[in-house]
Amino acid sequence: MNNYGLHILRFVSLVLLQVLILNNIMLFDFVNPYIYPLFVILLPLNLNQIKALILAFVMGLSIDLFQDTGGVHAAACLVIAYLRPLVLRFSFGINYDYQTLKFYNEGFKQRFNYLAIMIFMHHIVMFSFEAFSFQYALLILKNTLYSGLFSLFLMLLVIQLIRKDK
Amino acid sequence: MQQIFNFIVRFKTGLTFLLLLFVALSLTIEAHSYHTSKWISSTNFISGSIYEWQAEVTDYIGLRSENNKLTKENTRLRNKLVNLQQSALNVADTLINKDTIYSSFPVKLIRNSYLKMDNYLLLNKGKKDGVKENMGVISSQGIVGIVEETTANYARVISILNGNISINAKLKKTNHFGSLTWNGRNPNLVALIDVPRSAKIQVGDTVVTGGNSLIFPENIPIGRIEDFQLNPNQGYYDINIKLFNDMTSLKNLYVIQFNRKEEASFLLEKQETDE
Repeated sequence: MNNYGLHILRFVSLVLLQVLILNNIMLFDFVNPYIYPLFVILLPLNLNQIKALILAFVMGLSIDLFQDTGGVHAAACLVIAYLRPLVLRFSFGINYDYQTLKFYNEGFKQRFNYLAIMIFMHHIVMFSFEAFSFQYALLILKNTLYSGLFSLFLMLLVIQLIRKDK
Repeated sequence: MQQIFNFIVRFKTGLTFLLLLFVALSLTIEAHSYHTSKWISSTNFISGSIYEWQAEVTDYIGLRSENNKLTKENTRLRNKLVNLQQSALNVADTLINKDTIYSSFPVKLIRNSYLKMDNYLLLNKGKKDGVKENMGVISSQGIVGIVEETTANYARVISILNGNISINAKLKKTNHFGSLTWNGRNPNLVALIDVPRSAKIQVGDTVVTGGNSLIFPENIPIGRIEDFQLNPNQGYYDINIKLFNDMTSLKNLYVIQFNRKEEASFLLEKQETDE
């Protein structure tokens, strides 16, 4: 964690981007992309797990603050932050165990897997908490699928954009 | 003792996770209960001023359609006024406008929301301007919601597109009462439940507010019946209503103040304590 500034900048810009722009995109009247989990996804890989959990919680809570959703986004961020090491090991395999992982050095397939698993996990937790009832199971799955695909597409774009040149 | 410490150290990540998840869950449960003061709310200074700034910037986009709506409303009100003046000629002046039961004042919406299960709106006025909890919010076409929480400069409105709200409504033609709810699917459709079997209803009938509450005056328009079916087990109708309001494009709204609220709620409370 030698570049605090970068992470703070990332935090603020993701919150503003989400709240001011993305929450106004209503594709087909129900698809809403969520890009702020990118903060949790791009946290340093060797970061202490407790710090990661607290940062994810703060990120989610700031979105909740704007959206009047209670603790929905905070819970979703927490879950993906908690399961992140597992997902990393699953998608990047042995490189993660030996701490030699560089995010942008990995193949596109591995990165895609990592992003997709994290996003769909986040979305399903978020939509379930938001509905807060099993009555809406189908609606939750539908929202997760469509919004998830849209978010994934946007995140792949953003990740290419903010990529540091080697 | 040593073992407890060992346990905590070994599972510190899991414990942190569970603790924070518990906080998040309780905030979520709190958000799902109507009428409790919320810890996490967009009426705070930071999100309030950011949304206000955003509304200022984007105000220009919908200006033309907003103007049209206001012109239409002006025309409608002017027509009413002309009629009222004519009828006022026949009656002694002192009978009219002696005491206004309801008064309304204009507010601007600075954040709209209609896609979620529970939608909340944010207004640009708060306690300083006289907006109080439990005031009704309407647009020129129909009802919008109820003020739920206020700070000095902002007010949060629980939208009619919210699973936690239920508003007293009636059929304009037959005066049968029911409650207005939302099932979280379509931002143009709400549901009217608990209308008894004896009511004669037709597709296209108008539904208005019932006046059985201290929030909305009677006969504020809500919508038109889209379809209905009789629930055979309970003997009540399930009615789908298409809203007059386009909840996806709201800008200029009115907050309704019930001037005799203290008096009325005093009586209600007195009745409760008597029993």
